[in-house]
Amino acid sequence: MHKEFLMGNEAIALGALAAGVNLVAGYPGTPSTEVLETIAKRNPGNVYVEWSINEKAGMEVAAGAAYAGARALVTMKQVGLNVASDPLMSLEYIGVKGGMVVLVADDPGPISSQTEQDTRTFAMFSKVPVFDPSSVSEAYEMIQEAFDFSEKYGTPVFFRATTRVDHGYEALEVKDPEEYFVNKPEGFVKDPSRWVIFPRLSVKNHALIEKRNAELKNVFSEYHRNKILREEDTAKCRKGIATQGVNFMYTLDSLHDKNARVMRVATPFPFPEKLALDFLAGLDEVLCIEELDPVIERALTYVCGKYSLDVRIRGKLTGDIPPSGENSMEIVRGALAEFLKNEEDETGEDGTVVAPAAAELPQPPALPVRPPVLCAGCPHRASFYAVKTAMRGKKTIYCGDIGCYTLGNAAPLDMCDTCLCMGAGIGIAQGVGHIEPDTKCFAFVGDSTFFASGITGTVNAFYNQADMTLIVLDNSTTAMTGHQPHPGTGRTVMGQVVEKVSIERVLRAIGLTVVETVDPLDYALSVETVKRVADEPGVKAIIFRSPCIAISKPKGRSHVDPDKCIGCGKCIRELGCPAIILDSDGKKAKIDTSVCTGCTLCEQLCPVKAISGGAKNDTAKGGRHE
Amino acid sequence: MSKNIILCGVGGQGTILASRLIATAAMDKDIPIKTAETIGMAQRGGSVFSHLRLGEGINSPLIGKGEVDLIIGFEPGETVRQLPFLKQGGAVVVSSRPVMPVSAMIGQSKYDAEAMVEYLKANVEHLTIVDADKAADELGSAKVLNVVLLGAALRSGELGLEESDLENAIREKVKVPEKFLELNKKALSWSKGGK
Repeated sequence: MHKEFLMGNEAIALGALAAGVNLVAGYPGTPSTEVLETIAKRNPGNVYVEWSINEKAGMEVAAGAAYAGARALVTMKQVGLNVASDPLMSLEYIGVKGGMVVLVADDPGPISSQTEQDTRTFAMFSKVPVFDPSSVSEAYEMIQEAFDFSEKYGTPVFFRATTRVDHGYEALEVKDPEEYFVNKPEGFVKDPSRWVIFPRLSVKNHALIEKRNAELKNVFSEYHRNKILREEDTAKCRKGIATQGVNFMYTLDSLHDKNARVMRVATPFPFPEKLALDFLAGLDEVLCIEELDPVIERALTYVCGKYSLDVRIRGKLTGDIPPSGENSMEIVRGALAEFLKNEEDETGEDGTVVAPAAAELPQPPALPVRPPVLCAGCPHRASFYAVKTAMRGKKTIYCGDIGCYTLGNAAPLDMCDTCLCMGAGIGIAQGVGHIEPDTKCFAFVGDSTFFASGITGTVNAFYNQADMTLIVLDNSTTAMTGHQPHPGTGRTVMGQVVEKVSIERVLRAIGLTVVETVDPLDYALSVETVKRVADEPGVKAIIFRSPCIAISKPKGRSHVDPDKCIGCGKCIRELGCPAIILDSDGKKAKIDTSVCTGCTLCEQLCPVKAISGGAKNDTAKGGRHE
Repeated sequence: MSKNIILCGVGGQGTILASRLIATAAMDKDIPIKTAETIGMAQRGGSVFSHLRLGEGINSPLIGKGEVDLIIGFEPGETVRQLPFLKQGGAVVVSSRPVMPVSAMIGQSKYDAEAMVEYLKANVEHLTIVDADKAADELGSAKVLNVVLLGAALRSGELGLEESDLENAIREKVKVPEKFLELNKKALSWSKGGK
């Protein structure tokens, strides 16, 4: 054992390695990405690791490995689970031989996601057991236990953490590689009655799943991470608190030494019913403190109904806890203070939870408004600006997608009219076009997103005779999640150099005849290309190719000649580049050289040619920047 | 000893590295530590913060309002945003240099950074203002602002660490050539003369 300071996702990765994981697949997505990256980095050499092209592919690769007796891990964020749900729903009916953990990172807030969906609810829907860690150090232990449970019961299991566990840090004791469990896969054993899903097998296995999950309710009641705190000390308590995940930590810190009966639920499905009955004994009221869906609240309400218990269950459904968003110390402390008001426990102490005194503050001046923006010199800015200029005065729709380029929605670019989910922009552009044939329909998709889920939509457009322009914003990386490789980069997560998948050739193979590739940092050529291509009939594509600023170094940075600058403000007003600011007089443009990347877009735009000096390397570096 | 610290600024300013440096220094001294970071979309020029909790008996990685001993602000407006977390009598170290949001540059919002500094002066007794422009001029680099601020935080007395602890952490964490190590050391001690 040795001590390390680890991010939650790193701890989960090391836990999986300690559990003898043989294969890891996944698709990047905040807040899950670092799990797979850490396994790649800390790989003792015998673990197969891949960035799959999407979550469905990753789920299937992991399932295959588990069929062969391997311990397998697949990683994704919560919306990625939607993509992977088709194989998972059926996989639960088939089961696994080796332990298989489906790691899903949920994002209360949401901080970096489209939805606030709750994987605990998905667990109930898919009948897959779920583990819900409360801290970084617990996550390290719990994922090892999750592999054991999965193998023992022959089912995939969810390991779902939320942002504050995934992206929290703690110093903890971890195993040395020599101490890792070694799992030797037996290999796939042919047996069509087990591995081939037919209705007859499904109906048989469905019954077995229900029986097993009923049994797991009891098994999980004995699982040491499902627990009641200070059960004996609180025998006379009339009020109890049921909680989960990081909310358990907020609860502990809010209660301090206050004697209250607390149940922590580590496996919300199958719900530890026996344990809940022990917890509920003698209580009048329970406050459920949880994030996302009221899963524990519903489960306890059900238990009370089933056993005719006269206990009032409170939480999100009763308005005591906010129905959406991330909880904070304030929310938890406030709800506890309100709930425990007038509560006297056996020591006679007052139940009030007191918040420490903050300084009294007057109303501050208007705080800066900071939505996230495209980086200085981001090639997406140039691509958006070229399309905007080329289409000026025309009736258009710009369908965006998931990635850094969603940030093209912000003023002054205002180039993202829709955004739904990975790859959806291509379909939406078609749908709008079928209803409004006089609209020029554009779909913007990133290179990684194109491979993840853009190809199907493009085939659909071509086959169904849509009239649209596909713009692929190829910055040679998966930028938003921290620069992961993808099929177009010719590099794998383990650093292997492989043949690149060419976006141009994929598009031509589908049947597109107009496929043009242009450097978006060449402004005039880009505008001319967009004008020409958008007027072609049918489905046509432009690939704007220029590396992400984080993986390419500038050769020179731009500066403004104050004698030439006329202070017209065009560069600032039109581009919204964070590197262009005003000089100390507030009149002329000035470039912050600490952030300029020398993209030269502003130089090409300046009506009096007052900006010069920028230069960019046009090839991406192999490794990650920072 | 237990300390609650918030580092705040704008995505890209280096708050995460500074937070890692404090954590490394604390871990080397066997002080238990928990942190929570902003990672994701907000790293693209949005408001970011790190919560750090040092000491025994801590469960939650997030800190509640009125519980923070020290705010290390990389930007005046972002520091004002976090001020409700400061406990009575807590300390603030702040860089005077604003980062103008694009929304303010194109006239969609207003940002008066001087008013922010004035507000901090009026409402924080234990305040250290770091002249980031002066530090950048004298050190010849704007990129070590995070280390300059850590130095000022040391001297606020609220960090609970020694200069040598952070020096060691920089050597461990920022695995850079000797000349940059020297620059970082200078940055760490810059606020001794330059308050």
